[in-house]
Amino acid sequence: MSEWLERHVPKMVLAPSFAAILLFVYGFIAWTGWISLTKSRLLPKYDIVGTIQYERLMASPRWDTAMNNLFIFGALFIIIAMVLGLALAILLDQKIRTEGLLRTIYLYPMALSMIVTGTAWKWILNPGLGIESVVRGWGFESFTFDWLVNPDFAIYTVVIAGVWQASGFVMALFLAGLRSVDEEIIKAAQVDGIPTMRIYSAIIIPSMAPIFLSAFIVLAHLAIKSFDLVIALTGGGPGYATDLPATYMYAMAFSRGDIGQAASSAMVMMLVVFAIVVPYLYSELRAKND
Amino acid sequence: MQIRSAFAAVSAACLMTTSAAVAGPEAEVLHWWTSGGEAKSVAVLQKEFADNGGTWTDMPVAGGGGDAAMTALRARVLSGNAPTAVQLKGPAIQEWYEEGVLADISAVAEAEGWADVLPASIAGHMKCEGTWCAAPVNVHRVDWIWANADVLAANGIALPTTWDEFNAAADKLMAAGITPLAHGGQAWQDATVFEAVALGVLGADGFHKAFVELDKDTLTSDAMIATFDQMRKMRGYVDANFPGRDWNLATAMVMNGEAAFQIMGDWAKGEFMAAGKVPGKDFLCISTPGEGYLYNVDSFAMFDVKGDDKAAGQALLAKLIVGKNFQKVFNLNKGSIPARTDVALDEFDSCAHLSSEDMAASNAGGSLLPSYAHGMALRGAQSGAITDVVTAHFNSDMSSADAVKMLAEAVANSM
Repeated sequence: MSEWLERHVPKMVLAPSFAAILLFVYGFIAWTGWISLTKSRLLPKYDIVGTIQYERLMASPRWDTAMNNLFIFGALFIIIAMVLGLALAILLDQKIRTEGLLRTIYLYPMALSMIVTGTAWKWILNPGLGIESVVRGWGFESFTFDWLVNPDFAIYTVVIAGVWQASGFVMALFLAGLRSVDEEIIKAAQVDGIPTMRIYSAIIIPSMAPIFLSAFIVLAHLAIKSFDLVIALTGGGPGYATDLPATYMYAMAFSRGDIGQAASSAMVMMLVVFAIVVPYLYSELRAKND
Repeated sequence: MQIRSAFAAVSAACLMTTSAAVAGPEAEVLHWWTSGGEAKSVAVLQKEFADNGGTWTDMPVAGGGGDAAMTALRARVLSGNAPTAVQLKGPAIQEWYEEGVLADISAVAEAEGWADVLPASIAGHMKCEGTWCAAPVNVHRVDWIWANADVLAANGIALPTTWDEFNAAADKLMAAGITPLAHGGQAWQDATVFEAVALGVLGADGFHKAFVELDKDTLTSDAMIATFDQMRKMRGYVDANFPGRDWNLATAMVMNGEAAFQIMGDWAKGEFMAAGKVPGKDFLCISTPGEGYLYNVDSFAMFDVKGDDKAAGQALLAKLIVGKNFQKVFNLNKGSIPARTDVALDEFDSCAHLSSEDMAASNAGGSLLPSYAHGMALRGAQSGAITDVVTAHFNSDMSSADAVKMLAEAVANSM
């Protein structure tokens, strides 16, 4: 009896959440995939008409902008957040006295919701209220910092706000990684008189490869599902210059009554996530099997 | 979901016990009039409904300019439990009718003689394949210029009656260091300015062809290029800090003399009035250059409901909404004018009088047109596609010829 329980209780405990995930995640992915092949407008319709929604999506200049923005934002956000996070972690790792306090300060932005971050940066970056106006107030009349209202640069303000929010979290990840490196190796290297820079670049950082991968996956999915940050910071503007796929999908589904189009954009977003996550899963699984 | 429907059942049961004594008409009303003046306006209707023995179940869903309410409506309709009346407007009414969920309220409309008191083109929005399915509440005019009287007087500028005069006035104001046009860079505000310009440049017929019929030749015509040319000029007349600004902040710029003009619907008047400004003295109103009148009509669409008490509630609600008293009180609160033309306007301000006179004149002249920017002329997908192009052009250095080409492609792609 107890053996039977031991074998089956875990399955029984997991079954409800497994069923819920099967329905609410994979079931609705399948439903969205179906809807993306129909001509649904206001309400879902179920007659499949083919790939017309995807053709409309590809012909839409706004979707083009959204995808371009995703790549610009995603690449810069991930790279800058990782570089900054690593730099902060290495600096904090120098056994300084106020580490606890500094760590909390750097980690704190993560505790804010993206809406708060976006709104705060909207005010900071607004030329009439924020940095530009303050510096001009100091007497530098020709100072301009109008990225927020400049369609060509507005997407970079989203990067700034996103990096501010996420780099503390990346720092915490890297700090944990740095601490997990075997002290003995580092001491041995120090005894051999190897400079600190070289210890980091040749020993510590290479041994943190899994941390890099985790940080990358966390940041990548944050970037792809970014929605609230853009809504709060720029509202997708000027024009639709800072639209991301998520805001495009929202506009189609909830403002324009174009559910089929929204579904097709959601499917493309999912494929982008797959393109990143599948190689990761593959490498993870292969590593385990080896 | 189960908990919610159980909760609904319990609250419905409570309602039944309280209303069992009267057993009168019932109505559940979905709307997004939740802010100050609007909430007050709805309370007027609620009270009238109760005075006539009805039981009103309020279902306000705020947020997203009605997006949140539409999401709630979808869920209700899909679960087969639609509200009695829903704040809907323009072609969205017919879009819901095509889903087969709207009711026929022709009996009330004919008994009350709606056809005789509503302008024909506005009545057209309230009908679904010949039967009445919605009740209009008000008429907002969209193509207004609001101006600061002192700024104009100080610079010796008269209210512009052509776009050339507008441009000349704006250049003069620029030279004097005043922002000519207060504008908020949000897509719908760009679209609002665009349609006012388009009405002036294309004329009433051209506007109808372009934004109601989506006629390809008109969308790609030279007049449309000229419209975008004027939009490029307008872009030069706004201040550098305009992106993302809310419309009421733009109104405040006109109010405190930072800017001279704003092109906005007559909800802007409410802002002036709330600040204690007097029309004709502190601020001026004039229609944007060109013949015609762009209307934005709020209305309640009536959904199919089961049960005599609800049907009675729906009929009573429809009757009260178009009733003279509600049309007057509501629109005094909201800043718009009554949809029915036989309401005495004694208590209304001079801008409302102008709006009413122009509506009658353009109704007679065939230039009473639905606003595309406010969802009266086209369905969401098409009007959204046009707005995308308008806002992309306004916020970049795209040429007018490219914009027109993009416009035709976007409209074709949205079908």
